[in-house]
Amino acid sequence: MATGPTTALRAGAARRRRRRLVRGAEYAVFAAVIAALAVLADWGSLRTNFFNTDVIGGLFPDIITVGLRNTVLYTAIGFVLGLAAGLLIALMRLSSVLPYRWFAVAYVEVFRGLPALLIFIFVGVGVPLAFPGTNLPGGVYGQAGLALALVSAAYMAETIRAGIEAVPRGQMEAARSLGMSHGRAMRTIIIPQALRTVIPPLTNELVLLFKDSSLALFIGVSLGQRELAKFGQDLASEKGNTTPIVVAGLCYLLITIPLGHLARRLETRRRGEAR
Amino acid sequence: MNAIEITGLRKAFGDEEVLRGIDLTVAAGEVVCVIGPSGSGKSTLLRCVNVLEEPTAGTILVNGAEITDPDADLDALRRGIGMVFQQFNLFPHLTALENVMVAPMKVLRRSRDDAERIARDHLARVGLADRADAFPRRLSGGQQQRVAIARALAMGPDVMLFDEPTSALDPELVGDVLGVMRKLAEAGMTMLVVTHEMSFAREVADRVVFLDGGVIVESGPAAQVIAEPRMPRTREFLARVLDPASAVDPGRASDSSADSGTGPGKD
Repeated sequence: MATGPTTALRAGAARRRRRRLVRGAEYAVFAAVIAALAVLADWGSLRTNFFNTDVIGGLFPDIITVGLRNTVLYTAIGFVLGLAAGLLIALMRLSSVLPYRWFAVAYVEVFRGLPALLIFIFVGVGVPLAFPGTNLPGGVYGQAGLALALVSAAYMAETIRAGIEAVPRGQMEAARSLGMSHGRAMRTIIIPQALRTVIPPLTNELVLLFKDSSLALFIGVSLGQRELAKFGQDLASEKGNTTPIVVAGLCYLLITIPLGHLARRLETRRRGEAR
Repeated sequence: MNAIEITGLRKAFGDEEVLRGIDLTVAAGEVVCVIGPSGSGKSTLLRCVNVLEEPTAGTILVNGAEITDPDADLDALRRGIGMVFQQFNLFPHLTALENVMVAPMKVLRRSRDDAERIARDHLARVGLADRADAFPRRLSGGQQQRVAIARALAMGPDVMLFDEPTSALDPELVGDVLGVMRKLAEAGMTMLVVTHEMSFAREVADRVVFLDGGVIVESGPAAQVIAEPRMPRTREFLARVLDPASAVDPGRASDSSADSGTGPGKD
């Protein structure tokens, strides 16, 4: 190398200067966009339309006691049913019985491939048409729960299957060598371990379900059965103001952000538990 | 009576024949050690005895019942056969005590109190009474393996199978596990042990079986097989195991015995 150390140093300094310049330009553009938005925005109109305190006062307590309560209920029913169905489908997927495996694969493919909205319409409209006179237990709660369960079962089945397959083979061998039947070993040894590993992804699934429960409005709900989204929408059109939508959105975030954090915390903790 | 009677046992994984006709009998109360190079089929042989691997051909009788009979009640027969694995295979979601309790409760339908009493008794016997409430990941390898032995014993088996029980252990932890096994042998347990611990085999085993290439090359009283092996292959293997530093240069040796009959990474 003919070039001395000073040349190299100078080239490095030039590179650093250029990097600083580029970063400075990025900040400037970002600040300009924010400033332009702040200047252009009609703050008065924003406040009256999005954060109208009069409207906010009229939302409580119903947005909590009806909207949030129903959202939580639909989600809870959907999650519990979906978890049970997902576990069953995961076990069918891993079964040695070929038709079971076919069914499980078909189910997962179909219900993961369809928009959740379509399934809500199907359960809300199609099922009553196909089976006139039959009523799901729980009425709308049963219907919304079923629709959510049908969707989430497909995702949860895949998650649980991966969890079961991640349990080392030696666990099943140890259980069988103690005289446990295959089913007994699954129930007491394999599935408890699998569920532990899939708690973080299932928590994420719960967040998704919580948001998807808003689709219950397509089933056709009565006033007392409205969940957050429908509640916000109704009041927005009733008051001619967007504030109810914003408040409903904040109610969702109140649940989804902590749940998301919880899922990440559980994930890190699980990683820390080395076998 | 014979505890284990193996006749004409063959096992193939695909095209690869790992066991090529094994005849082996273990009398009740006898301790038999199976030695041999890796890939010789030792572990597969052991895993066939409780049908964790399904034999391709041959019959195996355990306590007089044919476990290889397609109509045999495998779960019931396995209750009488304890197994200890190289990798311990403790249930990580259960404490040491629960590991030992779970099968007596769920399989033998013992009450929780009964199962706990038996489990504590067995943990004490392997020297781990004070670690009953620890989860496996908090235990050393040697402690985990002793819990695994207690877990198998809690089912009250007539026969114990050990699949290289000390191979995954740090050298300083091997002694505790071998000590437990020695006590078990002295108490009259029937044991079939796959091991590389030649001193254990020499001192504890009634008989040593040398397996190579899926066949029994040599079998006899422990002292004779280990001290004065008759077959050249046995002699060569023992020389390598007992004094690894003096092994022949693998690049120069035209030795084939160590590589013959290589299993699918089982051993």
